Amino acid sequence: MALNETEVLAGLTEIIVEETGIDAGDVALEKSFTDDLDIDSLSMMTIVAQAEDKFEVTIPDDEVKNLATVGDAVGFITKAQG
Amino acid sequence: MGLLEGKKLLITGVLTDSSIAFHAARLAQEEGAELVLTSFGRQFKLTETFARRLPKPAPVVQLDVTNEDDLNGLADAVREHVDSLDGVVHSIGFAPQSVMGGNFLAAQWPDVATALEVSAFSLKSLSTAALPLMTGGGAVVGLTFDAQFAWPVYDWMGVAKAAFESTARYLARDLGPHGVRVNLVSAGPIRTTAAKSIPGFEKMEGGWPDRAPLGWDQTTAEPAARGVAALLSDWFPATTGEIVHVDGGVHIMGV
Ligand SMILES: NC(=O)c1ccc[n+]([C@@H]2O[C@H](COP(=O)([O-])OP(=O)(O)OC[C@H]3O[C@@H](n4cnc5c(N)ncnc54)[C@H](O)[C@@H]3O)[C@@H](O)[C@H]2O)c1
Repeated sequence: MALNETEVLAGLTEIIVEETGIDAGDVALEKSFTDDLDIDSLSMMTIVAQAEDKFEVTIPDDEVKNLATVGDAVGFITKAQG
Repeated sequence: MGLLEGKKLLITGVLTDSSIAFHAARLAQEEGAELVLTSFGRQFKLTETFARRLPKPAPVVQLDVTNEDDLNGLADAVREHVDSLDGVVHSIGFAPQSVMGGNFLAAQWPDVATALEVSAFSLKSLSTAALPLMTGGGAVVGLTFDAQFAWPVYDWMGVAKAAFESTARYLARDLGPHGVRVNLVSAGPIRTTAAKSIPGFEKMEGGWPDRAPLGWDQTTAEPAARGVAALLSDWFPATTGEIVHVDGGVHIMGV
């Protein structure tokens, strides 16, 4: 069943927290993965792969570079579940 | 019957589903092999995630080829999953950014040393670490990028590959009496994580599809993975120290 944006954000936050040890409270839609959350390319690859499994979506490599913020990722995943 | 039916294989180098090793692992399973994969450090979870996407999930054991403890513990770690090995795939390469990308003359030895240790010496370390499990002989297969030439931007990684190719020949000499064959696949450029980390990788790909008599698709590791599977199989029983080019034929072309 497709999740709404709030549910996707909650699930994605869990993945980000587990990978990076960042405080869940610091993860928000407008946060940039690289500039605000300090997530490097290896962590980003891990987060993307885990998100693909969790939400049963495909996030193509070419798409990943368009996902600058947490909100971009939440939006993409929410739509991709469709 | 599959090409690799009943074979037990140790496959290093699965990072994502773009990795050459991922496709070698997939094909090996499709051809009947049982696998153990390796990964290390922060990459471990990524490898585990992709290991679950293989036709059959495969266990992942810890191996950083620069870590003495990992190497010493490898045989026991593998034994938790299989009692012996028929083959080992070396699909490992790394060089610090400072020694690739077109600044060959500025490279410093400590960074070059890292490239050589991870990308060349590791073929010896991995093979000897796995040797106690290859009691009935077996096959070691590695991945190279043609080291006969000076390529754009490849720089000290190219030097490491020359050392890697030479290491394969000496290993073939010394492991032959154990019934272990050592062969390499020399692949054309493929857009993997390692490749994309080479600054200016497009310059290496440049013209490859046009120069290759058979053409070349940089977006798939399938041909290289098939070469690996073939060399792991029983169909090259008297071949060792060999480099099989899976490059669309570019290596035979003058211009
Ligand atoms: N992609 C190409 O164009 C190409 C062409 C010819 C040969 N190759 C070779 O193929 C092999 C696999 O690379 P790939 O292109 O699939 O990229 P990749 O990034 O998917 O794989 C490289 C692997 O090396 C592993 N590695 C790095 N340092 C390690 C260490 N210290 N201990 C253990 N493992 C370590 C990484 O975990 C990763 O899985 C490499 O030897 C590479 O040089 C690649």
